[in-house]
Amino acid sequence: MAAIRLHGTPYSTAVARVLTTLYEKELEFEFVEIDMKAGEHKKESFLSINPFGQIPGFEDGDLKLFESRAITKYIAQEYADKGTQFKCGDSKTAAIIGVWMEVEAHQFDPVASKLTWELALKPRYGLATDTAIVEENEAKLAKVLDVYESRLAQSKYLGCGCFTLADLHHLPCIHYLLGTQAKKLFDSRPHVSAWVDAITARPAWSKVLALQKQQG
Amino acid sequence: MATPVKVYGPAMSTAVSRVLACLLEKNVDFQLVPVNLAKGEHKKPDFRKIQPFGQVPAFEDEGISLFESRAICRYICEKYTDKGNKGLYGTNPVARASIDQWLEAEGQRFNPPSSVLVFQLAFAPRMKIKQDQVVIKQNEEKLSKVLGIYEKRLGETRFLAGDEFSLADLSHLPNTQYLVTTSGRGEMFTSKKNVGRWWNEISSRHSWKNVVDMQNNKGA
Repeated sequence: MAAIRLHGTPYSTAVARVLTTLYEKELEFEFVEIDMKAGEHKKESFLSINPFGQIPGFEDGDLKLFESRAITKYIAQEYADKGTQFKCGDSKTAAIIGVWMEVEAHQFDPVASKLTWELALKPRYGLATDTAIVEENEAKLAKVLDVYESRLAQSKYLGCGCFTLADLHHLPCIHYLLGTQAKKLFDSRPHVSAWVDAITARPAWSKVLALQKQQG
Repeated sequence: MATPVKVYGPAMSTAVSRVLACLLEKNVDFQLVPVNLAKGEHKKPDFRKIQPFGQVPAFEDEGISLFESRAICRYICEKYTDKGNKGLYGTNPVARASIDQWLEAEGQRFNPPSSVLVFQLAFAPRMKIKQDQVVIKQNEEKLSKVLGIYEKRLGETRFLAGDEFSLADLSHLPNTQYLVTTSGRGEMFTSKKNVGRWWNEISSRHSWKNVVDMQNNKGA
């Protein structure tokens, strides 16, 4: 049994965030599928890993973790010498990368998640899209991406000149949104568009997409 | 020589006070630079140079400019490891992973509903903005679920990430302060045995009392 075990489903954005990191770091791991329909994530055995009853849950030997962004940070630090380095430079750059990781978590994700739900996921479940919510959040996302456009005009990736977790954390939501009308918000901003092309082309991300296809 | 560490924003802002609490825990000298939110100073081009989203806080130290309060706190802990509370961000990787986990829980689970309630219950009345009772009820329910999970956790450990006070607990101070003292709904916290005990401990810390003094001196 691998020391690293990831519990969840591959099409969950939060789980995909961790999967991508594990592939980038070229780590061996066991993927434990959680049966969401059967409410497996609310059962005691899973709650002992994530008391909030949400995926992902993560184990590395005896260590148990939840919250995808804490898990990816742990993986990056614990396995610093393996696979993609996720840094370029000194501690000052690390602090700037930290800023843009918080930007993803607090400025981008709340808006992008709502749009992902309305435009990409609700249709899959036969639920009606709320056009008022879409309009409101497309306007918000446009403002966030304007800031990204300025930033990416000065820096090849969000944190610095190299691909880091600050970029990686965006992949799952961006992937969904590129399949919807929200794609235009990324395409219409040249630096954002180039950045999206670069990060979505990474082999580790392709592996996550392959896993998603496999599980249907 | 004046300290190079500058925090931009009013002490009464929850995100600004998160940074102030961290600086005080770490015994790092700083200068608080006022930003007049009522006059929209934070939305002006000059301010957006240091915080492109037009929000407070912004932060400067020698040769570095940062924003996002939780990123600023992590930077302070990493840069000033040997000052003040040395264990604030953990002294080993396992401790740090647990702190990061509960910091994310604060940012992703606790903060969204509690921020809405802080605005609706503490700020809207003084800004003469009409409260939205539907929004209040929805977010009280969300926060109540989160606090139920905290109640269980804090029966197992003294603080959220373990048995030492950490950045994860500190991050909860700003919103909880308003909800317990100003909102009229403080019993969400104080009626729970373990959450109540935890709130008393973390809010009695010298560093947090100093932040509250700063908030009161500025007239909020």
